[in-house]
Formats: sequence, structure tokens, C-alpha cells
Amino acid sequence: MTGAFTVEPSTLIAIVAMALTTYATRVAGLFVHWRHAPGPAARAALDAIPPAVLIAVVAPMMLATGWPETIATALTALAATRLSLVATVAFGAACVVALRLALGG
Amino acid sequence: MRKDVADGVRDILPAMIAGAPIALLYGALAVGKGMTPVETSLSSLLIFAGGAQFAALELWRSPPPVLALAFSTLLINARHILMGASLKPKLGQFSPLQRMFGVFFMADENWAMSERRAAARALTPVYYLAMGVVFWANWGLWTTLGAIGGAFLGDPRRIGADFAFTALFVGLVAGFWKGRSTAVTVAASAIASAAAYRAFGPPWHVAAGALCGVGAASLYAMRGKG
Repeated sequence: MTGAFTVEPSTLIAIVAMALTTYATRVAGLFVHWRHAPGPAARAALDAIPPAVLIAVVAPMMLATGWPETIATALTALAATRLSLVATVAFGAACVVALRLALGG
Repeated sequence: MRKDVADGVRDILPAMIAGAPIALLYGALAVGKGMTPVETSLSSLLIFAGGAQFAALELWRSPPPVLALAFSTLLINARHILMGASLKPKLGQFSPLQRMFGVFFMADENWAMSERRAAARALTPVYYLAMGVVFWANWGLWTTLGAIGGAFLGDPRRIGADFAFTALFVGLVAGFWKGRSTAVTVAASAIASAAAYRAFGPPWHVAAGALCGVGAASLYAMRGKG
């Protein structure tokens, strides 16, 4: 068993790459000079980045894994309109466990 | 000065409480993906961007795909550029060093609180940094506790934890919801990503879904004018 204090070089490289990328996005705003504010299409594109990326990451689980996962996603989306974030996660996990038992997955 | 520290901590406290279970979950899932507790803590302390960190775990394998991880991180955190640009005119009291150091702590929640503060009075470095540092330390602390606890969790699939990302991201997207435009984005992204995943495998699905989602949103905005 690897110890809790082990740091793999390849893991460290990945973490540092993500940290530098993130810092670059944070510091870049200090150097932005806009002649004029972004237009409606550019604005809509910028607003769409977080949901588009988040969904792109999990779409294989949502749509290309099996029926339990797809149905659980639909139920979770309904729950997300009324529950807190943490409650939504707990609900989603419970749904997928139940559906895998029921449908076999 | 002491008042500014107290105000900063008070303003960010609700976000710290809400963030604690999310950080616990991140820590537990990260060790489930094979990271050690120290690696997991380092990731939260150095990256300090929840959405990108969860996305990274979903793409995580051994050895880690560094370029795909950096690209996904860049896409998810691109919003910081806008946040920083919006905050910049309010940093009049900050020295250049305080600005460069201070933006490291800029997350959605404390950025929003700083914008709100700046609307009412001058934003001081003490207020901003006190808030940022406690919020950052909170994220790191709960991540570490989750990583230590998660090592005893066993098979994540048994309790549906492998589905936790999907549920979490669905919940996060609900928070970004801006009506039909978001629905168009989500549908385009989901279909393109799943198709690319089937056709080419990871990590291409992230770029395919992100580009199609963003493209669909801007097309919708142009056609929807009027």
C-alpha cells in the first residue's frame, strides 16, 4: 500500500499544470482592456461556457453508460430544481444505486 | 483594520459552510480515484477551483493525461478572466503585489462578495485577503478530512459515488440556469459529448461538447434577438 504522504511525480506535474492554468485565468483579468463591452452573442457564449463544459464532462455517464445512469440523471435534474447542491448529490447517488439494483447495471 | 477582517470572515461564512461537504466529497472521491491524501490536499490548495477539480477527477487515470486536464481546467476557469476584469477597477487600494497575490484567492463566492462590498464602499486589501484566505483554508481543510475519511470508504460504486460527479454537475448547472438559452447549451453539449465519446473516446468528448454547447448558445442568442 502506498503511504498517505506519497506524492507521485506524474500526479504532481498534473496538479501543477492545473494550478498554473487556473492562476493564469485569475490573473489575466487584471490585464484585460476592453474597448467596448462584449456584444450579445459573445456574452451568451461566455455565459454558456460553464454549463457546456460541465455537461460535456459527464455526458458519457448521462447518455452512454446504461439506462440506470440515464434515468438517474433525469431524476437528479428534477431534484436539482428544489434541493440544495449536497442534497442533490445524495439523491442522485441513491437513485443510481436503486436503479442498478432494479434494472441490473 | 480588525473590523475589515471580521467583515470579510462574516461575509464568506455561509459559503464556507456550504463548501465544506463539497470539499469532503472531493477529498473522498479523489482518494477513490487513486490519489494519496497528500496529493489530494495539494490539489485543493494549489488549484483552488472546485468545478475544475471535480472535472479533473472524472478525467483522471494513471498516469494523468496532463494536456487534457489542463485544457479542461482552462475551459472551466475561463470565467475567471471576466471576473478579474470586472474586479480590476475596484482594486485601487491594492499594491501591484497585493493584486497579483490576491487574485490567486478569487473564487466565485468571494469574488461575488467583493463585488457587493465594492458597490457600497472602497474594497480594502485587508477585507479581500482575509476573506480569500479563510475561504481557501476552509476548502483545503475539508478536502484533507474527506481524503482521510475516504480512504476507509471502500468501493465507490457500491454507494453510487461514481455517479456523484454527474449529480453534482447537474446541480451546478441548475445554479447557472438562465432559461431556454441554457437548455439549448446543455442539449447540444450532452449530445455532442456522448457522440464524440462513442466515436473517439476520452478526452475528446470534453472539447466536442464544450464547443458545440457554446456554439449553440451564441447561435441561439443571435437568432433569438428580437
